[in-house]
Amino acid sequence: MARLVVLGGGVSGHTAATFAAKWLGSAHEVVVVTPNAKWNWIPSNIWVGVGQMSKEEVTFDLAPVYAKAGITYKQAKALSLNPEGNATSNKPFVTVEFTAAGKEGTTENIEYDYIINATGPKLNFGATPGLGEGSNLGEHTVSVCTADHAVHASHELEKCIQKMKKGERQKFLIGTGHGMCTCQGAAFEYIFNIEHELNRAGVRDMADIKWISNESFLGDFGVGGLHMKTMGYAVSSKIFAESLFTERGVDWIIGAHVNKVESGKAHYELLDGTMGEEEFNFSMLIPPFAGVGLKAFDKAGEDITATVFAPNGFMKVDANYAAGAYENWKASDWPKTYQNPTYSNMFACGIAFAPPHPISKPMSSPNGTPINPTPPRTGMPSGIIGKAVAHSICDRILKGENAPLHEASMANMGAACVASAGKGLFNGTAAAMTIYPVVPDFEKYPGTGRDTDYTFGEIGLAGHWIKHILHHLFIWKAKLKAGWTLIPE
Amino acid sequence: MAGKKEEANIKAYSQNFTTMTPGPFAKKMRTCVIFQIIRFIIINLKMLVVVSKSH
Repeated sequence: MARLVVLGGGVSGHTAATFAAKWLGSAHEVVVVTPNAKWNWIPSNIWVGVGQMSKEEVTFDLAPVYAKAGITYKQAKALSLNPEGNATSNKPFVTVEFTAAGKEGTTENIEYDYIINATGPKLNFGATPGLGEGSNLGEHTVSVCTADHAVHASHELEKCIQKMKKGERQKFLIGTGHGMCTCQGAAFEYIFNIEHELNRAGVRDMADIKWISNESFLGDFGVGGLHMKTMGYAVSSKIFAESLFTERGVDWIIGAHVNKVESGKAHYELLDGTMGEEEFNFSMLIPPFAGVGLKAFDKAGEDITATVFAPNGFMKVDANYAAGAYENWKASDWPKTYQNPTYSNMFACGIAFAPPHPISKPMSSPNGTPINPTPPRTGMPSGIIGKAVAHSICDRILKGENAPLHEASMANMGAACVASAGKGLFNGTAAAMTIYPVVPDFEKYPGTGRDTDYTFGEIGLAGHWIKHILHHLFIWKAKLKAGWTLIPE
Repeated sequence: MAGKKEEANIKAYSQNFTTMTPGPFAKKMRTCVIFQIIRFIIINLKMLVVVSKSH
């Protein structure tokens, strides 16, 4: 009997674990190690953050789902990997520390035949002074990264609305809290949902809303922007984004590295090297992401973390990490199988794998401060990669160690993305987009880097309906309810 | 005020002076239920094509 250990129960890890359990059956064991007791459909945290959904609507308990799937569930966080075993055993193992009530702080070594690192990111609030400490949100801003954060954000937003109703003007600052952030899309959704809710509350005219981000142009979204075919033109996402910001009366600051946050004030550096500050009454700034801090040790107990993980803490996989300057980047730099190059029974998926380089062109200020989005690895690609990795491992367990690995390169994969701009059955809107491929391939698609037959976007009520349906569909799938395997990632 | 309110947010020579802005017809169609039902079908079909190319 083989044992597969999956570290992390987010979109990628949950997808990998549930498909592996289905394909392997009871003859083999699948273990999920995740510090969280609940699964969270993160894309809907936006609506929790404006009070349009409750925490309970975007989360559910993992234990009964894993019990139904025959998955061994350990509510714990991984601390270290010993891919060669230790002095007394050749069997690789992972050391975990329990977070479940009653077992907090106790550790266990879990042996494995195969392991998937799908831990997701550490929310690195501590990278920006005043934004937070370590992975903990600070007191000056709010966040929608977790369901609990979003509940807190909703309460703070309501306080601002009440102040505006009493005639007190409020300043909103939404965007990214560091020069190396990703997830601009979440902030984009949040700023327009706030604008929508302020309209609904009848206080929009009492609010100044401003966007701040590390993108060099609006609509970069960490993927270097995209061109969408519209009215016979291939139109840049910059045009669409600027149009929406203008229409909704939202100003913007771009190319910004937020370097310090105080009570009611954010300090930033721009790509041209100038410094600025922006006051706010309410601010949601996305933190940068880092690896969760897993260590790795060889059989002798020597630290081999630098061999297994990239400096940012994400796990090395079959990517080309020596591509160098932007001019040398190729679509083929991106990983296909997500197998660790040193240990063939280790894989990484979702945010946990180390990308070869950003997708957006790297930029820095004259002061040497890097200011550019880091690449997104969330949503649809994250699920597809998790499933492909699970497929590879199941084949190796069931068919032998030489079974070919499945591939899921982000340079050969599209993504459907629905960005909410306001919730409402008949007055909601969302930007519905597809992008193909996620990582531009300028050799295959000279000019825009993407196939504009399959890259499109439009804003409207239909997009909102799709986002709402996807909310229910993906929670249905994650709960492993009838027909869950038929719902694509 | 004689100007169109949809264009009122544009400020001359500011950062939003060079972008496009939707007129009342384009904005109306975004929430026109009949039109959006048609768009819902079309967008879903387009997304399914991209999803099928990605698996």
